[in-house]
Amino acid sequence: MRKSTLAFAVLIGLGAGFLWTGLDAVRGDSERAAALEAGARLTRELGLTDLCLFTEARYTRHLSQADWHAPFQDHPMALEHFPSGALVGVPATLRGPH
Amino acid sequence: MFWGRQRYLIDFALSSLWRRKGRHLLLLVVYTLVVAALASVMLFTEALKGEARQLLAGTPEVVIQRMVAGRHDLVPEQYLERIGRVRGVRKKAGRLWGYYYDPTVAANYTLMVPPERHIAEGSVVVGEGIARARGASVGDVLALRSSVGEVFPFRIDAILSAESELVSADLMLVSEVDFRRFFHFPAGHYTDLVLEVANPREVRKVAEKIALALPDSRPILREEILRTYASLFDWREGLVLTALLGAVFAFGIFAWDRAAGLSAEERREIGVLKAVGWETSDVIALKLWEGALVSLCAFLLGYLLAYLHVFTFSAGALTPLLKGWAVLYPQFTLAPQVDLFQLATLFLITVVPYTAAILIPLWQAAVADPDAVMR
Amino acid sequence: MIELIDVKKAFNHHRPNEHWAVNGVSLTLEGNRLTVFQGPSGSGKTTLLTLIGCLARPTSGRVRLDGKDVSGFPERFLTEIRRGTFGFVFQQYHLLRGISVLENVMLPGYPAAPRYGTLRRRALELLERFELAHKAHAKVEWLSGGESQRVAIARALINDPAVVIADEPTAHLDTALAKGFLTIAEELRAQGKTLMISSHDPLVCEAPIVDRLVRLRDGRLAESA
Repeated sequence: MRKSTLAFAVLIGLGAGFLWTGLDAVRGDSERAAALEAGARLTRELGLTDLCLFTEARYTRHLSQADWHAPFQDHPMALEHFPSGALVGVPATLRGPH
Repeated sequence: MFWGRQRYLIDFALSSLWRRKGRHLLLLVVYTLVVAALASVMLFTEALKGEARQLLAGTPEVVIQRMVAGRHDLVPEQYLERIGRVRGVRKKAGRLWGYYYDPTVAANYTLMVPPERHIAEGSVVVGEGIARARGASVGDVLALRSSVGEVFPFRIDAILSAESELVSADLMLVSEVDFRRFFHFPAGHYTDLVLEVANPREVRKVAEKIALALPDSRPILREEILRTYASLFDWREGLVLTALLGAVFAFGIFAWDRAAGLSAEERREIGVLKAVGWETSDVIALKLWEGALVSLCAFLLGYLLAYLHVFTFSAGALTPLLKGWAVLYPQFTLAPQVDLFQLATLFLITVVPYTAAILIPLWQAAVADPDAVMR
Repeated sequence: MIELIDVKKAFNHHRPNEHWAVNGVSLTLEGNRLTVFQGPSGSGKTTLLTLIGCLARPTSGRVRLDGKDVSGFPERFLTEIRRGTFGFVFQQYHLLRGISVLENVMLPGYPAAPRYGTLRRRALELLERFELAHKAHAKVEWLSGGESQRVAIARALINDPAVVIADEPTAHLDTALAKGFLTIAEELRAQGKTLMISSHDPLVCEAPIVDRLVRLRDGRLAESA
């Protein structure tokens, strides 16, 4: 077999995978729609304002509601949305278990 | 004819690559991992942004906070009346919510009084994240210590659906009576106010009027909330990309060394090929095919890995980064999103530089005189 | 038929280390002949072969191939002529290491892109003819010197050229193998090929099959026999 044939086979395989991701994305979208709808309903019902992604500190939980000068209230290395949080090390007193 | 020729060149490019298979396979692996890492971040943040957009579409149009000496403060209920005089406000309500730090699992909960749902005193509805962290299920009792030190036993009435975890993992819904008693929350006060505006186009206008009527208030609009999330993940993405930049540069050096530094042996080969009748363009096409095959494979493979990683394995490698020190973290699968523009960007920043790295030094070698092999 | 008219070739032209490798050679070389260019090293015989074989263009003078003046052709056309008309057997063979014998032989055929089956069959036939069929899939670095040269000859013949140019073909061969080469050369001539060989090996220069001996010294013709 020619080596180029092998290469085409591999590329066609990968290309098929690539197309599959597109189809999967379309399919997954409709599957996820129900869950998203449930979440959106809860948001509307409770008047939620933020994603529950960063629960590590009070001021990171509701980012859109935070003070403008909120960072460093708890500990500086909390990976929050202010760049300084990722640049400054934790004071020794804050290290160790909670 | 053109295609036949290119096919021969591909044949030979593969033979040529296979000669140093160890190195080229390693290159392919590293290249694939770099693409996979970059693509994971792209797919993850893009999908998360999409979720945020949809989940937060029903967020309150206007949230009014009160500021005292530059810090959040409770809102007296008289404010509701004063807002009532602002035209264009259709509905207004006070919200009761706050945070509770649970030392037993070292996690922050968000306590909230649901505006519509009725919750009996002594009962609580918790998010899936809390149930998981505490190992609790419906019927169990959560004992929380109030702000004055009394222990409040809350019986879990229900657990919020796991489907909505991305917004509800740390929620704890309690009755108003319990909320006020637990926090010693002053009567006649709310955490903040939410408004609904009759005409969505007037939201900004209404917010301005309120800011005038209540000078110590700070209105937050829905569009600002949505924008916070759109830009927040941009920044997070930037953070991850910055972290990855080191890897990308290292790969760049590695790839340059592999692809660009033509050895004496390779130069001699180019001379031989030209001497036996290959044109300069054939030699260049050959080397481009070598680069293109490696980078195309790495790109597709890396992208596929990233897709599986993010959407099938819930982006396991990225969550520690988003999680930070958080104890409660929602478990969620993201709806797959494929953005062609992002893919094109990824393609441009990975495949094109590699191919270009090959081309520049190659040009000099390929235009050399073919008679060099006879000297 | 190839004509050289007052051909000169300088290396490092207009530089302090300028060197005229070929310095005014006029020659007419008929087709279907075995011509040997003889001379000590540095006499310009290899450079002359590169000019004849369109590997390089003369600094001045004319090279005519079947009446066409090719000395002024741009690189692209020279490549095409080289591919169709000449086959080269280099002194160091210059086979590509790490690549199979078969692919090495097929290489010069790639740019013209004949059908894969055809090209492969032709290459296998050539290997068969040089008793190398069993080595077709071996890598070239596993070959002995004589085998390497036969692969190089097979590669030179893959495009069925009219002219085969061999640069010092016996330099790395013992007597028996050198005689083997001459046998092949004789066969090729019998097939109607034109052969041009540079050599200072007496075994080649004095071989009975040589039609013409061109002696070179310091980039000029010494005398023609």
